[in-house]
Amino acid sequence: MLDQSEGYTTEDGRKIGGVVMEMKNITLRFGGVVAIKDISFDIREGEIRAIIGPNGAGKSSMLNVISGFYVPQEGEVLYNGKQRPQMKPFEVARQGIARTFQNIALFEGMSVLDNVMTGRLNKMKTNMFQQAIWKGKAEKEEVENREAVERVIDFLEIQNIRKTPVSRLPYGLKKRVELARALAAEPSLLLLDEPMAGMNVEEKEDMSRFILDVNDEFGTTIALIEHDMGVVMDLSDRVVVMDYGKKIGDGTPDEVRNNQAVIDAYLGVAHD
Amino acid sequence: MPDQLLFGTEVFLNGLMAGVLYALVALGFVLIYKASGIFNYAQGVMALFAALTLVGIMEGQVPFAHLINAALGTEVHHFGWHLPAFVGIVLTVIVMIVLAWLVNTLIMRHLVNQEPIILFMATIGLAYFMEGLGDLMWGADIKKLDVGLPQGINTLIDETTFNAFGYGFFIDNLDIWATVIAAILVVALMIFSQYTKQGRALRAVADDHQAALSVGISLNFIWVLVWSIAGFVALVAGIMWGAKSGVQFSLSLIALKALPVLMLGGFTSIPGAIVGGLIIGVGEKMFEFLIGPMVGGATENWFAYVLALLFLVFRPQGLFGEKIIERV
Repeated sequence: MLDQSEGYTTEDGRKIGGVVMEMKNITLRFGGVVAIKDISFDIREGEIRAIIGPNGAGKSSMLNVISGFYVPQEGEVLYNGKQRPQMKPFEVARQGIARTFQNIALFEGMSVLDNVMTGRLNKMKTNMFQQAIWKGKAEKEEVENREAVERVIDFLEIQNIRKTPVSRLPYGLKKRVELARALAAEPSLLLLDEPMAGMNVEEKEDMSRFILDVNDEFGTTIALIEHDMGVVMDLSDRVVVMDYGKKIGDGTPDEVRNNQAVIDAYLGVAHD
Repeated sequence: MPDQLLFGTEVFLNGLMAGVLYALVALGFVLIYKASGIFNYAQGVMALFAALTLVGIMEGQVPFAHLINAALGTEVHHFGWHLPAFVGIVLTVIVMIVLAWLVNTLIMRHLVNQEPIILFMATIGLAYFMEGLGDLMWGADIKKLDVGLPQGINTLIDETTFNAFGYGFFIDNLDIWATVIAAILVVALMIFSQYTKQGRALRAVADDHQAALSVGISLNFIWVLVWSIAGFVALVAGIMWGAKSGVQFSLSLIALKALPVLMLGGFTSIPGAIVGGLIIGVGEKMFEFLIGPMVGGATENWFAYVLALLFLVFRPQGLFGEKIIERV
């Protein structure tokens, strides 16, 4: 079992730190439908945490709760050990939680570069008049931010499309641009909603590699939702399994794989 | 040069100047439409309201004077000051920002994610409300607006052209100023939208609300900002039209002239609004000049709309608007 107080060391020898985000007894209802029922789990510093489950299990809802798009009726969200008051999504983002979406949400009319630059909006402190006349601090700031963005663009290997309007890109690249935008914010917690949905094998491998590299190079804590079990098991350090809004498993990929409730949920079980 | 050609050139130039004013109004529409997908029917009334407020503040009129007098039995009409134009404009800008905040807080934020037609209806309501409010606050009489811009024939142009061609062009100083100010305004807006953080955020919001939220942009802030800018553009348009033909309630009807401009320029393009405005301005003056006499004149009333109709049939996205392509 994992040591719940101090963190742990992964199989490949990475040190995982303390709890960054803790979800406590979260319940989310839409009218009479219970999307999430009394779920608790935590995300630790530096780990790749997966949330898996069959369709309609409430995975995306969970991610939306973390990123502030949904407000749970019950339960607490603790961020860096402090209870988080009810917040708007943009306030959550300003706290250092970046995310991507299941159905890509990019600024289609803008270039790749501009899209990624929006990830750094909250890093800019000069006022609009300084920026408009492009003098002194504003100029320095823009250059710094631009450098940070170029690093992300290099890292994700999208240099050649940086001036291309996003609307012209194929699906797989759009997903990567969305990841770049999230990374540009230098998030302390990165949420990925099905980063590999709809991709072919090669694209999936690329994306997996990027996710691992991000975690490795920047030490970014990542929580992701994914359908592809093979991918999830390879990528993640710990896995939460959801089914019909309930948590049915939580642990390392091996533990989860051998969990009877999880096997039943995925393979189906005879009800008698 | 033959007289006819000279006269035509003069008409052309005056058409350009008139077009600038159309473009100014259209610009306000484009700004709000781009950022929030709302077709703001109230843009013309905002121009009227801004002009009324400016005159009221400069002349020291007591707002709601009739209401106050009727309710309290007093006889107050004037504060008794005359403010310089600059102070009046600054105060009016503040009023327009407060108005933007109120519009967003009381109306628009409650209608997020509603159908465009509902938002459109809301702005029609807003237009009538503001027209009534303007009347109640400042009275319904036609007011003279003088912000110190020179008016009347530009003698330099008149003399130069007279010496060169033997025919002096009549170009109104006010129109020249309007053109200069509109050009400055457009450049400022372009710089704002391309080079500032808020401009980038504004473009982001225009594109995708969810994505904007996820990078930490406050939608409410951006909407208030956009309505404030639209209010400012309305003020500039209001000053120009007001200085030209007095501040009167028919000013709100210029919103209708902005519609064909938008059909031509596209609803989402700032350069489109400018070019569209110029085409309509020049088009209706030249058409009146060339074709007007053959059909009995008064073509200025309908030319713009017929042109817009042709555009609707052959190029519905306008000259610069984004082409609508649905993937299947």
